[in-house]
Amino acid sequence: MNIASSSQAPVVGTPVATHAGVSTVGLSEKVSIRNLEFFYGDARALKNINLSLYANKTTAFIGPSGCGKSTLLRILNRMYDLYPGQRATGEVMFDGENLLDAGMDINLLRARIGMVFQKPTPFPMSIYENIAFGIRLYERLPRAEVDARVEQALRRAALWDEVKDKLGASGLGLSGGQQQRLCIARTVAVKPEVILFDEPCSALDPISTAKIEELIDELKQDYTIVIVTHNMQQAARVSDFTAFMYLGELIEFGVTEKIFTAPDDKRTQAYITGRFG
Amino acid sequence: MSEVALNDTNVAAGAATARAAVLNRLRATDTAFRTLTRLAVYTVLALLSGVILALVVGSVPAFKAFGFSFVITEVWNPVTEKFGALAPVYGTLVTSFIALVIAVPVGLMIAFFLTELCPMWLRRPIAIAIELLAGIPSIIYGIWGLFVFAPFLQKHIQPFLIDTFDGVPGLQDLFAGPPYGIGMLTAGFILAIMVLPFVTAISRDVFDAVPAVLKEAAYGLGCTTWEVFKHVILPYTRVGVIGGVMLGLGRALGETMAVTFVIGNAHTVSASILAPGTTISASIANEFTEAVGDLYTSSLIALGLILFVITFIVLAIARYMLLRIQQRGR
Repeated sequence: MNIASSSQAPVVGTPVATHAGVSTVGLSEKVSIRNLEFFYGDARALKNINLSLYANKTTAFIGPSGCGKSTLLRILNRMYDLYPGQRATGEVMFDGENLLDAGMDINLLRARIGMVFQKPTPFPMSIYENIAFGIRLYERLPRAEVDARVEQALRRAALWDEVKDKLGASGLGLSGGQQQRLCIARTVAVKPEVILFDEPCSALDPISTAKIEELIDELKQDYTIVIVTHNMQQAARVSDFTAFMYLGELIEFGVTEKIFTAPDDKRTQAYITGRFG
Repeated sequence: MSEVALNDTNVAAGAATARAAVLNRLRATDTAFRTLTRLAVYTVLALLSGVILALVVGSVPAFKAFGFSFVITEVWNPVTEKFGALAPVYGTLVTSFIALVIAVPVGLMIAFFLTELCPMWLRRPIAIAIELLAGIPSIIYGIWGLFVFAPFLQKHIQPFLIDTFDGVPGLQDLFAGPPYGIGMLTAGFILAIMVLPFVTAISRDVFDAVPAVLKEAAYGLGCTTWEVFKHVILPYTRVGVIGGVMLGLGRALGETMAVTFVIGNAHTVSASILAPGTTISASIANEFTEAVGDLYTSSLIALGLILFVITFIVLAIARYMLLRIQQRGR
C-alpha cells in the first residue's frame, strides 16, 4: 500500500520534517508513529502521519473538525477494530512492538493504553464497582487490596473526598464533571502506560474543566498523555507538545509554546489565531 | 381581489353563507368521526369486560363446589365430577419455564450477535428468518412436534437423559420414567422455538439502544466481547430484556395447539419433565366438546379464568418494565 512513501521514510531516530523544532534531548519516545495511513472503507482519512509521543509528556492534537485528530487517537488503542471496513497501514511502535500488527493482543493493549471519552461513560453499576470492575479484569486480588486500589484511583482522580461516603451509589447519579473524573479513575486503576483523552471537557462546565486540566497535568508524572481538543487555550494550557492536523495530514508538530507563538506553517498560524476551524 | 369582494356586499354575504355551510358540514363530519373513534374504544372495553364477566360468572359453580381447593387439587375426574386445577396449572408453569430456560439464553445470544458481531450484509437475512419463525402457525409446530420431533426425542435424547442422570440425586427424579417422546419437556422445547423470536426481537432493539461510547469505554478498558456483554450491555438493558422475556412468557402460557399435540394430556402432577402432563389451554381445547354437566363445563371455564389472570399479570409486568426503559431512554 505504502511502498513508495516508506522507501523515502527517514531512518528511525532522526527527526522528520515535522519534528524540525523539537530537541529530543532528555525525552524518551513512548509511541512512534511512522507512515501511518487510515481508511474508512475506500476513503483515506489520514495521510502519511509521522509523529512521536514522548514519555511523561502531554501531547495535544488540534485542528478543525474532520481533520482526523480523533481518528488518530482511536488508532492508538485500536478502537477502530470494532468497526468493519476501517483499517490502518504503516507503523505505530509501542515499546518495540507495532501495535497495528494483527497478532497484537488487543485487550492487553487497551489495558496499557487507556482512553477517556468525550462524554462521561460510567458503567451502569456503583461507583466502587466502576473502578473495581477494570481491576478485576486483569488481577485477582483479595477484597482489601481491591478496596485500596479503588481508593488510590479515586484519590488520583481527585474524586475520593466527594464520593468516599457513597461508594455503593450508582455512578450515574454523579454530576457530569464527577462522572468524567470517575472515568479517569477507572482508566488509571488499570495501571496503563498511556492515557488517551478524546475531548474530555467538551461536555463539562468551566469549573469541572479546570479540575480535569489540573488532573491531566498531575497525571503526566506517571503516564504519557495524549489529548484531542477543540479548545486551543486548553491545548496551550495542558500540553507540552502540539500536533496541528488539517484534512488528514499532520501539518506541524512541535513544542506547544513554539506552535502557539511562532508556528512555521501559515495554516497553523491561521488556525491558532482563529481565522478558520 | 378582496377589494372587489368588499365593493360588492351581496357577493360578500353570499360567500359568507357558503363558507358557513361548508364549515357546518365539516363540523358534522368531524363530530361523527370523533364519535366513531370513541365508540371503537368503548367496544373494545365492553368486549374485555364482557369476557371477564363471562369467565367469572361461568366459573362460579366450580368455585362454589370446590372453593379455593380447586386451585390446589390434582384430581380431575369427570366420572365422579371431582375437579382440580393443579395439574394443568403446574403443566402450564413448568412448560413455560422450560421454554424460557432454553429460549432466553439462545435469544440473547442471537440478539447480541446481530447487534455487535454480525457483518452488515447478513443482518437483514437473519432478522427476517427469525421473524418468519414467529409467523409459522402453531398447528404446524404441533404436527411437526408430534410426527418428527417427539419420535426423535424418544429415540435419541430422552434415553440419553434418563441414563445420564440415573443415580444423580434430584436430577434423577427430574428425568425419570420411560421415554414417551411426548411430554412436558417436548412441549417446553416446542414452546421455546415459538418464544425465541419474541425474546430475540426485543433484546435486539434494546441492545441497539446502548450508547456506542459506553461499549467503546468498556472495550477501551480491555474488556473481551463476553465481558462487555455481561458487565455493561446486560446490566444496561436488563429492564428491557426482562420485558421481552415476559412478553415471550405470555405467549408460552397461552399457547394451545402445538402444546396439545405433544404434551400427552394427562391430568397428573409428576416430578419428571419427561412424563406426560397437561396445560390449562390444552385441557380446555381437548375436553370442551365432551364436557357434559354444568360442573364439568364450569371447571373448564374456571381454568380459563386462572389462565387469564396469570397471563394478565405477566403482561402487566412486561408493559411496566418496557415503560421504565423507555422513560430512561434518550
